[in-house]
Amino acid sequence: MCTGCALLCDDIEVETEGDKVTVVHAACRKGVARMKGCSEPLECTVDAEGADMDTAIAKAASILRDAKNPLIFGHGNSSSEAQKISIGLARKTGAYIDDTSSFCQGPIVEAILQERLRTCTLDDVRHKADVIVFWGADPSNSHPRHLSRYSYFPRGKERQRGWEEDRKAITIDIRKSETAIICKDERFYQLPAGGDAEFMAALTNALSGKVPKTSFDLDSKRILGLSNIMKKAKFGAIFVGLGLVYSLEELDPLFALMDKLNEFSDFHLIPMVGQYNMRGFNHNLFAETGYINRLKFDGDSKELAHGPENSVVEVLRNKNIDAALIIGSDPLSSLPLSIARHLADIPLITIDPCNNLTTSRSAVTIPCALGGVESGGTAIRMDGVEVELKKIFDSDRLSDQEILKRITEAI
Amino acid sequence: MASVMEIYQLLPKTNCKECGKSTCMAFAVDLLARKVTVDDCPPLVNEAKYKSGYEKLSSMITPVDGVTDTGLIVHDEKCIGCGNCVVACPVNVANDPLGAGSGKAPTSDKVIFKVEDGVVKARNVQECRRFGENRILCVACIDTCPTKAIEFV
Ligand code: SF4
Ligand code: SF4
Ligand code: SF4
Ligand code: SF4
Repeated sequence: MCTGCALLCDDIEVETEGDKVTVVHAACRKGVARMKGCSEPLECTVDAEGADMDTAIAKAASILRDAKNPLIFGHGNSSSEAQKISIGLARKTGAYIDDTSSFCQGPIVEAILQERLRTCTLDDVRHKADVIVFWGADPSNSHPRHLSRYSYFPRGKERQRGWEEDRKAITIDIRKSETAIICKDERFYQLPAGGDAEFMAALTNALSGKVPKTSFDLDSKRILGLSNIMKKAKFGAIFVGLGLVYSLEELDPLFALMDKLNEFSDFHLIPMVGQYNMRGFNHNLFAETGYINRLKFDGDSKELAHGPENSVVEVLRNKNIDAALIIGSDPLSSLPLSIARHLADIPLITIDPCNNLTTSRSAVTIPCALGGVESGGTAIRMDGVEVELKKIFDSDRLSDQEILKRITEAI
Repeated sequence: MASVMEIYQLLPKTNCKECGKSTCMAFAVDLLARKVTVDDCPPLVNEAKYKSGYEKLSSMITPVDGVTDTGLIVHDEKCIGCGNCVVACPVNVANDPLGAGSGKAPTSDKVIFKVEDGVVKARNVQECRRFGENRILCVACIDTCPTKAIEFV
């Protein structure tokens, strides 16, 4: 199993020598880079000095114990087992807990879990889909094997004649991405930045038989053409990328489009989740609390608060937190500096296999095993299917699950 | 991908035969197929007035190792290992319908493309539809590659 992205390819074979991966078969370049490990593995440190594991764990526990409002963040690169322990730890310490979904695919995953959007599995797409839409998504870069494994090129039970005859792949984006080039010009719809909601409404109109108009004068014949293709689809799949999520202020236009499509056809939607188990975090937290992210536990009472004010971005902006535990994530590089700045002022504990900007500023760093290579567990693929990760070889590094368990016990 | 005409336009077009070919056109054809190198045309290398042609050609005709007998080249540095060519190639589909043809890692030795260490490796190229008796102009691997890493010369 490759944990390079949330496609979680399960057909990988590796040749090993001792505890090194030497040859990787079938994985893409991105996956191979992950499986061969990081160039700079993280050291176990307390206050930037080398430390043993027990000291680091004790120090992490004391930071979390002393903090009034700690934040626990990350989780996209952790197994579901580790995530569940992390949720328990947040409960115990009265922490804020969040992951990257609060500023990316969260709303879509939430709408799917609340059954507001119809979804299907990637295997369904391979076997059945004849109309595939990549909207604000460029899988050729983000999920390199997406098109070849599931969405466009492979043959499936009801799609035996190959992609040229059996499938139509459409790209809707603000720029001509590599995916758009493969899907060819006549199937590419270029929108101005922020034009997605309007285009969606125009497409919904076209499906209802009205003349589709857009303020950016996209040829209405082309929109009608697209609506006809979608109407006639036997099994349609829309892959929603970050480009679309960022551009929509609310999901209503998407709900309207999906409802309209399903009056004529059978359409499904799958979010293009990036990190391998981001969707798992949303599912696991939802199962325990009914919310997918942005929570604040209250230590003593069983109360919990949910809402946008508890997102990682807002708690940092408002300087609401006084310590942070970061698991498999690098917020100092992924968040805008103006927001991430507060992280530099509070004690940080990071758990990660590799060095990154955030680990270099942390009071405690604890190296963990590389998920899917040195440690196993379960994870949830971008389409919501649970898969089992098998470790390839033993390592003397503990899994993040084990580390979180020991920190919890130490508190 | 460069065409013969584009290459020809950048050559001296004097048909001086110094390269051993009878015409510049013949040289252009061989250059595209990587049978000769840009440096095999002495006037181009030595005469100042052809300098820009020399520079353009040198960047256009990147040297490649391992041009296969059938002229298939994979530019390793461009390939991202997405597997599109693996799954799209009709030979792979015919010889390995349940593996490569269904999107998974190839399970047969008879496939043309296979991804190893994140980069595609071409083998069994004699099976390619562009060659042999019933040849057709197949472009499945070229059209499906997001990075244009596959070229036929
Ligand atoms: S597509 Fe994603 S899961 Fe599949 S091999 Fe590449 S990085 Fe790994
Ligand atoms: S040496 Fe150069 S100029 Fe002379 S014939 Fe060959 S290609 Fe043409
Ligand atoms: S040209 Fe066609 S048959 Fe030949 S390698 Fe490419 S896809 Fe396969
Ligand atoms: S389609 Fe292109 S990038 Fe993808 S594996 Fe083949 S050669 Fe490499």
